Amino acid sequence: MSDALIQARGLAKRFGAVQAVRGIDLDVSPGEVFGFLGPNGAGKSSAMRMIACVSPRSAGSLQVLGMDPDVDGPAIRARIGVVPQQDNLDLELTVRQNLEVYGRYFGLSRSRVRARAGELLEFAQLTDREHDPVDPLSGGMKRRLTIARALVNDPELLLLDEPTTGLDPQARHLLWGRLYRLKQRGVTQLITTHYMDEAEQLCDRLVVMDRGLISAEGSPAALIERYSTREVVELRFAPDAPRPGLAELAAMAERAEELPDRILLYAADGEAALGAALRAGARPRASLVRRSSLEDVFLRLTGRSLVD
Amino acid sequence: MTQGDSERAPAGLARAQGRVLPGWRAVLMVMEAFWIWYKRGWRATVVSSVLQPVLFLLAFGVGFGSLVRGGVATGGEPYLVYLAPGLLAMTAVQTAAFESTYPVLSGFKWQQVYWGMSASPISPGQVAVGHLCWIAARMLSSGAVYVLVIALVGGAAGFGIVAALLAATLCGAAFSALTMAFAACVQHEGSAFASYFRFVLIPMTLFAGTFFPTSQLPAWLQPVAWVTPLWHGTELARGAALGTLHWWPALGHLAYLLVLLLIGVVLVRWRFSVRLAR
Repeated sequence: MSDALIQARGLAKRFGAVQAVRGIDLDVSPGEVFGFLGPNGAGKSSAMRMIACVSPRSAGSLQVLGMDPDVDGPAIRARIGVVPQQDNLDLELTVRQNLEVYGRYFGLSRSRVRARAGELLEFAQLTDREHDPVDPLSGGMKRRLTIARALVNDPELLLLDEPTTGLDPQARHLLWGRLYRLKQRGVTQLITTHYMDEAEQLCDRLVVMDRGLISAEGSPAALIERYSTREVVELRFAPDAPRPGLAELAAMAERAEELPDRILLYAADGEAALGAALRAGARPRASLVRRSSLEDVFLRLTGRSLVD
Repeated sequence: MTQGDSERAPAGLARAQGRVLPGWRAVLMVMEAFWIWYKRGWRATVVSSVLQPVLFLLAFGVGFGSLVRGGVATGGEPYLVYLAPGLLAMTAVQTAAFESTYPVLSGFKWQQVYWGMSASPISPGQVAVGHLCWIAARMLSSGAVYVLVIALVGGAAGFGIVAALLAATLCGAAFSALTMAFAACVQHEGSAFASYFRFVLIPMTLFAGTFFPTSQLPAWLQPVAWVTPLWHGTELARGAALGTLHWWPALGHLAYLLVLLLIGVVLVRWRFSVRLAR
């Protein structure tokens, strides 16, 4: 008997000939914020939909809250909250009605949904818009309302599919703050994202997904430590300017990667590596030394960058 | 592991509040959602669901009907009385057609309300049946208003018109379930619905016995009319309104409509499950 809220072994999803998820293992513990990091089409959303019990698995085993989605889908859905990639709010209803109507699907009484809607409006900072229709709200407000709606049943597990895609930086930070508060309350969260900063901000632990498989697993810090160096030098070159040879540069650092617009040097001491490169005759248009991020981990693992 | 657990999950995160509703309650909750949505804009629907049928009644029943002498075909009643139950059935079928096409595609594609519902404990099949019951409730309520208008203009021969309303609603519900199943297969708006209205709905409303008995149709066309739910609904509604119904034909029409409804419910539940739980 495992104490994991979500446990998957060899979980796979196939749509006709397309293998969206090719067999993944997962263990998510209570209270944890767990991330799926990967580019579009990596299989994150398909994995999420299987866990949300709205998409039957093609192979493998899956337990959510100790139950099997194939058998107890509705019972699991009653205890989780789902924030889909695209808001599917009822645009013609008011902000408050969206929450109340949704709460009723979970078997809550009218008086209970009224009270709960009040709390959630407060949480989503939408109290002053409660009687407005949803349609004219900003993207960030709609997103907060979708999250509030997913909380209507006080879920033990919250699934968020790309929670901040398409939001401006201010709206993203506001939303991260709300998610952090939920974490403090002990709500287990599963988040898919293709933003490395989001994964670093929010996740205790994450898996890097690529082409339907998990390529690495760990905390953001552990992943960076294992798959990257402490610092990175970015050398930016004009599109057709001559570049030094990659092998030559790699000799000055632990590793070098070439991207269309820049060369990355991975080294424990970035300044030293940069100095060595300049002395060797590299003439970049611009250069900078920064700390390694999950983006570098992803590049290392897959040979591709996260956001094209 | 218990110690680790209590550290990770702060005390107080109780079990979630949600629960799985019994099937009929889940269906009611879907209907409630449509009702709350409907309340906001019901005035606009009065035109299509009441005013338009009333205009039909006035134009064909009162106006055109003044040229028609009641006879054997009308059961000895004036044409208005003959026509009224037929229009009840036709209106139900029209409501079914409109409410089961674009709103269904919208639930999947534009407003996407079905996706929100099916992420809750409510299952895709319950979403389908809930929407179907909502459409049936709409047919019943606007039909009830229509019955009042029919009575006011002298189109009712007696209380049989109330039984006619029930028959019309059953007919509309059977048609709605089949239409919803079809709409759930439509991926893009394209011309699917327009063709459906043009080649299924309109011929059916013109030739399935609403305005004149199907015995007036060419012999080869009559069986086509007999297959349509509207013909059975019209026969049932008219027979009930005029008091000319005999047991065996009545049971036959009723059984046909019930079987169609059953097939429709099975199909629509299946198509909703296929589309919502991929």
